Amino acid sequence: MSSLALRARASMASPYFTSLATVALLALLLGAGGAAYPGFLSLQVLLNLLIDNAFLLVIAVGMSFVIISGGIDLSVGSVLALTTMMAAWMVQVWHWPPLLAIAIVLSVGAGFGALMGAMIHYFKLQPFIVTLAGMFLARGLCYLISINSITIDQPLFVSMSQTQLPVLDGYLSPSALIALLTLAGAIYVAHCTPFGRAIYAVGGNQQSAQMMGLRVARTKVLIYAFSGFCAALSGVLFSFYMLSGYGLHAQGTELDAIAAVVIGGTLLSGGYGYVAGALSGVLVLGTIQTLIAFDGTLSSWWTKIVIGVLLFVFCVVQRALALGARR
Amino acid sequence: MPSLTLQRPAAAPKTGSLTMFLHHPLFRPVAALVLLLVLDLLLVPGFFHLEIKDGHLYGSLIDILNRAAPLILAALGMTLVIATRGIDISVGAVVAISATVASMLIGGTMVLQDGVPTYVANTPMVWALCAAMGAALLCGAWNGVLVAGLGLQPIVATLILMVAGRGLAQLFTDGQIVTVYYQPYFFLGSGYLFGLPFSLYLVGGVFALTALLMRKTALGLFIQTVGINPVAARLAGLRTALLIFFVYVFCSACAGLSGLIISANIKSADANNAGLLLELDAILAVTLGGTSLAGGKFSLVGSVVGALIIQTLTYTIYSLGLPPEINMVVKSVVVFLVCLSQSAEFKNMWRALRTRANANKGEAA
Repeated sequence: MSSLALRARASMASPYFTSLATVALLALLLGAGGAAYPGFLSLQVLLNLLIDNAFLLVIAVGMSFVIISGGIDLSVGSVLALTTMMAAWMVQVWHWPPLLAIAIVLSVGAGFGALMGAMIHYFKLQPFIVTLAGMFLARGLCYLISINSITIDQPLFVSMSQTQLPVLDGYLSPSALIALLTLAGAIYVAHCTPFGRAIYAVGGNQQSAQMMGLRVARTKVLIYAFSGFCAALSGVLFSFYMLSGYGLHAQGTELDAIAAVVIGGTLLSGGYGYVAGALSGVLVLGTIQTLIAFDGTLSSWWTKIVIGVLLFVFCVVQRALALGARR
Repeated sequence: MPSLTLQRPAAAPKTGSLTMFLHHPLFRPVAALVLLLVLDLLLVPGFFHLEIKDGHLYGSLIDILNRAAPLILAALGMTLVIATRGIDISVGAVVAISATVASMLIGGTMVLQDGVPTYVANTPMVWALCAAMGAALLCGAWNGVLVAGLGLQPIVATLILMVAGRGLAQLFTDGQIVTVYYQPYFFLGSGYLFGLPFSLYLVGGVFALTALLMRKTALGLFIQTVGINPVAARLAGLRTALLIFFVYVFCSACAGLSGLIISANIKSADANNAGLLLELDAILAVTLGGTSLAGGKFSLVGSVVGALIIQTLTYTIYSLGLPPEINMVVKSVVVFLVCLSQSAEFKNMWRALRTRANANKGEAA
């Protein structure tokens, strides 16, 4: 009896627990939806979850790296908007080839992130305030390009927006596929490369990581560069999705991404969590939105309230587990 | 100038009053504000012109002060939170909540009094204001319990309210923008008392109260101690949890008050946009005022000066005819510069570069 209790306690304290809790919650939400609304559990509704949240998934993957390293990146939503704006301007006004435009915006995003990472590491500034300034800067630059929404009717963007890749009976958009590939790549990097192990080490204890001889500076700059790259990639996906560039796009996405990562089981204090948690976190957020849309009588603000409640529950559970582990 | 800065003894050598003046923590923020004002003097015609119309004082300076009022209030609350090594990013959401509660309770229905249509409040205004402030205090208590009681990181704890708060405010109003038709309520935002905007008296009152609490009681010292070393403060017998709880409640109360001013000023409450990004401006004002985000020493005057810098900057950009979009870019550049100027690593690097340059010069000579 007591061994069973002990085992239960050990499994509760294991790193898998919060991540598994999220998967269980996701299954519960989907089951509840299926029971309440006919047609909710159809394959296409589930695939739509991926299609509609592809951009959020990419951002959350980048955010996972940053949060595991013990930092935070508030600039991602603005970088996303800046990317849609720059891509739209280059393609629509300057008529540059779309692939060149995409390559440029991706490198701008990565460079932007790397600069912030360098400021954070070399000048020992707080990630919160540096990325906050980055958020203002990127949003302001959007409006400097144009204060209006720019519609994109470039053929490649339109075809990316309309292509349907058949999956069993349903279909998936190219954006969703790109997002899943990014996730797979990020999981490989986080768990199977020295760089990935360095990220966890830096998040666990930066001083120890430094003393172990890990290249902390390179790791931190690369982490923020990767987050910036993800934000830019997600901006490209967002411009496929919306077919426009606009400075007001994706306001508050950084909060959604942070919420997704926390709900996915990653500790905000760093050093602990799974990149794959980003997927379950994003799917939970997406399922809540779909449920509210299916219901039809609930208004959109319920999404915010439910996300707030979920955040609260997960933070408290994480905190309780951390206290339990110390004891 | 009587300073309200609480600080450890300055390490700078006190060779003369000029050096002391230059090394005063308020020197840089005030210098920045003066620089902006001089810029306005040269570029904006009639900037310092004040005139009295209908017994009210009018002019750009009064306008800046009046418009800065909500930001100054939020910054005062944020100063104490940051001094305890915390941060409160739910300020904007609290503004939205208090604004919607007050606006909904007051509302205003038209009745005929002696044949003249007048608007009366749905709830007596005093109760409405108390309810709004009560809601703000509840928000603060929630944040305080999460940070001080459960020991969550401040940014995560307040993130919860930041996400859910606007949702709650929209829930109250059913997603509508609430318009107020009740004259006395507008006095809070746009009324004049003895020739000056009423909001200035509110800000002055809160500032004086906070300054008194910090200077005349040991509270200021305690808060600073918690910020410098929370563990040591607790071991020294301070009730750190209670202090931290207090600063979050205080911050939300300030935010609630600025929510009242904002909604009284625009005569309505918009749950989606009231006080949007105010938390970030408040943090910026506190940083500009010389309070370090790492906690510890803080300066209330500095935060007020910081808020005035932000508002003057906005005013200058508008009156110079620059596109308002530039505002965000300028603000972000200012944050980067301020952060760098506070970074010891940056100073060391700068010093090393200068000594190397000097050495090279010496060799050349």
